[in-house]
Amino acid sequence: MPDHTVKSYDDDLMEIGRKIAEMGGIAESMLSNSITALVKGDTVLAQRVIATDPRLDALEREVEEKATLTIAKRQPMAIDLRAIVSAIRIASDLERIGDLAKNVGKRVVAIDGQFAPQKIVGGVVHISDLALDRMKRVLDAYAQSDDAAAMDVWRHDEEIDNLYNSLFRELLTYMMEDPRNIGFCAHLLFCAKNIERIGDHATNIAETIHYLITGEAISVDRPRASDAIIPLST
Amino acid sequence: MTENKNIVEKISIKKLDFYYGNSRALKQVTLPLYQNMVTAFIGPSGCGKSTLLRVLNRMYDLYPNQHAEGEVLFEGENILVPGLDLNLLRARIGMVFQKPTPFPMTIYENISFGIKLYESLPKSEMDGRVEDSLRRAAIWDEVKDKLGQSGLSLSGGQQQRLCIARTVAIRPDVILFDEPCSALDPISTAKIEELIDELKSEYTIVIVTHNMQQAARVSEKTAFMYLGELIEFDDTSKMFTSPGDKRTQDYITGRFG
Repeated sequence: MPDHTVKSYDDDLMEIGRKIAEMGGIAESMLSNSITALVKGDTVLAQRVIATDPRLDALEREVEEKATLTIAKRQPMAIDLRAIVSAIRIASDLERIGDLAKNVGKRVVAIDGQFAPQKIVGGVVHISDLALDRMKRVLDAYAQSDDAAAMDVWRHDEEIDNLYNSLFRELLTYMMEDPRNIGFCAHLLFCAKNIERIGDHATNIAETIHYLITGEAISVDRPRASDAIIPLST
Repeated sequence: MTENKNIVEKISIKKLDFYYGNSRALKQVTLPLYQNMVTAFIGPSGCGKSTLLRVLNRMYDLYPNQHAEGEVLFEGENILVPGLDLNLLRARIGMVFQKPTPFPMTIYENISFGIKLYESLPKSEMDGRVEDSLRRAAIWDEVKDKLGQSGLSLSGGQQQRLCIARTVAIRPDVILFDEPCSALDPISTAKIEELIDELKSEYTIVIVTHNMQQAARVSEKTAFMYLGELIEFDDTSKMFTSPGDKRTQDYITGRFG
């Protein structure tokens, strides 16, 4: 795309893009560190994840301020307007992702010292691998303005939902098997739920990217795993 | 939006070409103008938007060597045919220009002058018509106590509204605005925009503007022109959020050239 006649307008938009990229990087590493901390029972790393969150919050505010100022100064139109609106939305999704990863970190601190069989943690690791993959791909799609890649992420969120549902059943089984597992498994269940929500935010970002590139909102419903969360009687 | 109202195509421009001497300023322009809607013409300088506006009331007839080919149907009749009563046409398709052009006479006479060309009204009816026109142009309250003063004594924004009142007084069907706010301050501009919004319930309105935000604010339909061609014509809401043509996008986002 050609540059704006007013060069500083391009600078404004690029700065917003850079801040989003920085937020994406921070959110990704918060998620991956929180999972590492969970697997290793590393409370120091978990504390570091928690301590990173304010930086993400600050960046979100910076994106909002810069976006508001740019709207006021430039009265953006068409693609520029969509870029700015999208940046505000994506910043908000990334900030939420950071909160969810921080919550995982808090759980790691809370379950410190409790019995933690690796095979139970394995399921959570698997779901977080998927979520991390979604995040990476959706952030790449944003950086490269790649609608097809964003749509691919959007279509496959159901895998995370399915995995979450099966993990839910698995953890339930452990809890029924031995009441001593209940505390730990409940924490894990919340971790898994947080990560599943991160997947949803990645899907939101994919929808925003689609709007940014095409100017159209996605009109069809996303393919979904059955909404009813596992009848407990089965 | 006005989508669901009865949409009447007041003016149909069909395959219009326009020439300044041998130079072709409009190329095969086809465009509908709808009743009770504001249509904005946008585009860079020299794109032909003002030329197109001037064709609509045959303003170009004043100059030799300028001529139009194609059709402009106004309520089904081609206004480009020779022998058309131009005074009558311009009474039905009024125009407001870039710079306010009040006549050097009193405010009252500025309005009554045009009416007298077409109708002879008794004094009391004329008073009523003058007041009504000034009210429609949202300037009555500012001038009602000084109707005998010169139109030139008013501020720029007031002069422009006086000119709009003068146009409205003749009871046209269509009002053409050629950059009506480019010489005005923001407050006067806001008043004119508010006025255009009110006027559209009774008239078909076309506005040429360099101010993109103004086009986005006041119009229902927008036509983007470039190098004498109509590049894109669509709902204003669509044109300014996701235009279909890359040239439109480059122009409205300030990336041209």
